[in-house]
Amino acid sequence: MKRSWYATPYALWMLLFAVVPLVFVLWYAFTTPDGAFTLSNFAEFSKPRYAAVIIRSLKLAVYCTALCLLIGYPTAWFLAGRGLNRTQSLVVLILLPMWMNLLLRTYAMMTLLDDNGVINSALAALHLGQIKFIGTEGAVLMGLVYNYLPFMVLPIYTVLKKMDWSVIEAAEDLGANPLRVMSRVVLPMSVPGIVSGVTMVFMPAVTSFAISTLLSNGKLRLAGDLIDYIFNQSSNPNRWNIGSSFSLMMLVLILISIGFLRKVDPDNQGGGLW
Amino acid sequence: MKKLAIMLLVAIMTCAIAVAACAEGDKPFAGTEITVYNWYDYIDLEVLDIFEQETGIHVNYVNFSQNEDMYTRVSTGAGSYDVIIPSEYMIERLMKEDLLEELDLNNIPNLENVLPSLRDPSYDPGNAHSIPYMWGTLGILYNTDMVTEPITSWNALLDERYAGSIFMMDSVRDTLGLALKVLGYSMNSRDEGELAQAGEWLLNQKDAGLVAGYILDQAKDKMVANEAAMAVMYSGDALYAMEKNDKLAYVIPDEGSNIWVDGMCIPKGAANKAAAECFINFMCRPDIAQKNMDYIYYSSPITQVVENLSEEELASTAMNPTEEMVARCEYYNDISDVAYLYDDVWMDILM
Repeated sequence: MKRSWYATPYALWMLLFAVVPLVFVLWYAFTTPDGAFTLSNFAEFSKPRYAAVIIRSLKLAVYCTALCLLIGYPTAWFLAGRGLNRTQSLVVLILLPMWMNLLLRTYAMMTLLDDNGVINSALAALHLGQIKFIGTEGAVLMGLVYNYLPFMVLPIYTVLKKMDWSVIEAAEDLGANPLRVMSRVVLPMSVPGIVSGVTMVFMPAVTSFAISTLLSNGKLRLAGDLIDYIFNQSSNPNRWNIGSSFSLMMLVLILISIGFLRKVDPDNQGGGLW
Repeated sequence: MKKLAIMLLVAIMTCAIAVAACAEGDKPFAGTEITVYNWYDYIDLEVLDIFEQETGIHVNYVNFSQNEDMYTRVSTGAGSYDVIIPSEYMIERLMKEDLLEELDLNNIPNLENVLPSLRDPSYDPGNAHSIPYMWGTLGILYNTDMVTEPITSWNALLDERYAGSIFMMDSVRDTLGLALKVLGYSMNSRDEGELAQAGEWLLNQKDAGLVAGYILDQAKDKMVANEAAMAVMYSGDALYAMEKNDKLAYVIPDEGSNIWVDGMCIPKGAANKAAAECFINFMCRPDIAQKNMDYIYYSSPITQVVENLSEEELASTAMNPTEEMVARCEYYNDISDVAYLYDDVWMDILM
């Protein structure tokens, strides 16, 4: 048997569950319910309310990516550090939350952040007043960061781990202080990991769904929630067509970010996790 | 020829025995299966066990949390169901679109247990397609520790003192409906201008920071946990919450509200219609209706159950609204032909 045949089950799977649905999305996006070609589904998105949802989604995704980078980079640097024992078990700790379903993790966050939740009860016990988390943009942002942080840590960790440490020793021997070593040697060498991490956090964050509705009590909805609403609850007779055109626009957004990644990291050194 | 005659005889006898077994046996549908598609948290699950034991019919039990979700799945054939339990306006719509089977009322003798006032309703004359399961009203549940004076009007939802402490419903008909009502219009308005005003009322409420959220099933637990001053709620959820927290009170505002009935229906093409009717009949049995009411706290339409209510329950607005209160309320009608108007306004509030 030829080696190329080994991928047949996967290819069939993808054909059935990725290619065929995509064809449906394309078909619905450019047709009316009667099956006639149209571009009017896209015109629907000139309405201001959609712009507001997209801007909110982009804004939160950008904040989320930035926060993940700020938290994730030092974590990855720490994990890749030379003198560290048991690195493997620490990496597992980072991965551990991902073994649980995303919705369960989000419900856990709700329990923590609720007005009478764990955090607020503790604050109240210490007579420190109450902080309103649930229902705010901050809560949604926390939920996003919590869920997607591992996607930032892992690619950066992979790149830093593979780094040739003698280069850093050389920089130190040549008199560079730690700050200079970081800014002139480590950071430039870890760009592929950063790019990979940024893309892998930004993509799911911008299309995320359910997290925002749950943590905002339904007050802040993102692009994913909008698509869900259009397909499942809207009474517009064109809902499948409008929903498909919106899904297609999100898909193009993701393709653009992949293109961006290929440009900055052509050899896909950033861990190649996807 | 003789052989043929014998074979015929045997065949006839076999049939006769089978028919007799059906008629006399108390488990005519034993071994069959039905799928019941009901609201989330809307039955005493023990009832399903009793049904399975008594009839030998296996029940697949699945849930929805909004009429509109349920409609999508039923109308697109995404799932095959034998019994569904939509609200009256959705029953009307499903009937219009010919998505419901006509019930064989001979198989549902327990229909006579249903309160006369809820039998033969305007949305489904003669109960040809639906048998009432539970009924109730829409109102405001509030915490009497946080809201000191009694609430009488929907305008309490605009009270600045409770900013950020008011839960609205993630439900287009109920939320837009109450705004229409407070403006003096019908909850079944088909007028674009009226709907736009209702939308504006709700947007003002949201933009002023009054709304804590648009949620459904979680609201009752949040009210029990004293997490908000008030929440728009169905009477049954309100009863559940009041049972767990005696500081809560339920009111049907003076402007009027919605009275609703959730009915058991059989969707077109149900695989096992007779067994489904057997299930519906079973659900109308007084002891079973009592069990369900005790568990989910909604008002049962079964006469024997109502006669059994305690004095306290009879006095409860949520459990047993007075005739005068009911007179203020209206059923939802099917507005699916102008649903895009509702949708347009609703998305501006939600998104």
